Amino acid sequence: MSLDNHTAVSLERVSKSFGTKEVLHDVSFQVAAGEALCILGRSGTGKSVTLKLIIALLRPDAGKIWIDQDDITTLKTEELSRVRRKMGFLFQDAALFDSVTLYENLALPLLRLTNKSQDEIDASVDKVLHQVGLAADKKMMPSELSGGMRKRAGLARALVLEPKILLADEPSSGLDRITASEIDELLLQQKTERQTTVIVVTHDVHGARRVGDRFAVFDQGHLVAHGTAAEVESSDSETARQLISLPC
Amino acid sequence: MTKVVEFIGKVSQFGFQVIADLFRPPFEADQLRRQLAEIGSQSVPLIAASGFALGAVMTLHTRSTLVTFGAAAEIPTVQSLAFFIEIGPLVAGLLLAGRVGSGIGAVLANMRVTEQIDGIESLSVDSFKFLVVPRVLACVIALPLLTLFMDFSGLLAGFVAEYGASQISFHLYITRAFASVDWANFVPPTLKTAVFGFLIGTVSAYFGYTATEGAKGVGKAATNSVVLSSLLIIVSDVVLVKCIALAFPGTAL
Repeated sequence: MSLDNHTAVSLERVSKSFGTKEVLHDVSFQVAAGEALCILGRSGTGKSVTLKLIIALLRPDAGKIWIDQDDITTLKTEELSRVRRKMGFLFQDAALFDSVTLYENLALPLLRLTNKSQDEIDASVDKVLHQVGLAADKKMMPSELSGGMRKRAGLARALVLEPKILLADEPSSGLDRITASEIDELLLQQKTERQTTVIVVTHDVHGARRVGDRFAVFDQGHLVAHGTAAEVESSDSETARQLISLPC
Repeated sequence: MTKVVEFIGKVSQFGFQVIADLFRPPFEADQLRRQLAEIGSQSVPLIAASGFALGAVMTLHTRSTLVTFGAAAEIPTVQSLAFFIEIGPLVAGLLLAGRVGSGIGAVLANMRVTEQIDGIESLSVDSFKFLVVPRVLACVIALPLLTLFMDFSGLLAGFVAEYGASQISFHLYITRAFASVDWANFVPPTLKTAVFGFLIGTVSAYFGYTATEGAKGVGKAATNSVVLSSLLIIVSDVVLVKCIALAFPGTAL
């Protein structure tokens, strides 16, 4: 099977176990190009694993994962690298390379993967840092950044190659409401202004409803609900209804 | 037993991958420069100080015995041969296993548990080539150079200790020190430390790169790196000494 031109990401009957613990069981869903999907679920239900499977940091035990027209479960390392270039990943703790400056963190993929001149690299880094509000901090080391700044720096690194697909693992975790809202705004901007496909794993239902077009709810490794907010609210799963409902 | 064989297999495969990736572009010159500074230049004070102390102690110990047998003139020769053939290479290897092995193990393990390695992979950068290969190569290059520092520091300290006892001139000490030193006493033992460097780099990078279990994993990686690389240095030294003796008969002490 290959995907139609409007589908950016597709999981077909994906399962994944670590030792004897099965964290994902027979999960299937699709994300259309330019759409934002928010993945909700209790802790330890396989949400972050799903993101790592999509960017091929982990391999599934069974099933297929399509990125555009490529089934990444069958790709070799070099081909995988080509597909990964379409994606940006914001890690939960930003995962910045801690022995180099913020500028060097962002310049690394540009130096390695593009033919840009030094001036063009500087311009790209400045542009994306300006976008996330860290233009004045590019000489700082990751350890000198606050939690919110690190998250924005992580987002800047995820965006520096101008990916078609942006994956974000709990972008608002550990942040105050205002900073979390700023991060959500940046994700929303990517979707609306650049038509980036966005997949967000989150526990923040406010942020999810703001950013997401559709929602996938996981429970104990199973996809228990998938659809718009209204569809998830009227699903058979009690867990899904609880997770999607806004707290009073 | 199966686990031990499996472990040896995994570390060997890791080492072979390092060798294969050495010849595959892109060549990480920038990373190599950083690692040479980190592993090489920053180890110079430790190596020089240790070599100096060992050199002084060795002269203090051997002097009385050699004087008793009327062989005081041989003190510089014994000092230089001992340092060039065995003390310099082995002690430099063991010191570097402690300083560099634990450093590489802890840094890579920390990068693993904080998802920095995943972060690098997510950017389509081959983390093995980017992080592991330059570190191992830097160890291979730095070890012989640092061994030279250890050898000459030991020799210098030997001279200082001997000058204190007999006021020997520097020129005479050096002449006697190098009178019996053949290139085969000097070059092969120094170059064998490149093997020590490969072992330190590979073992510690393996423990760091494959670390799990969070902070506990970082500590474990650092400890295991030092313990196993030190052990491998001592064991491989036996084999290398025998190989050098076979290749250059008559050059051993």
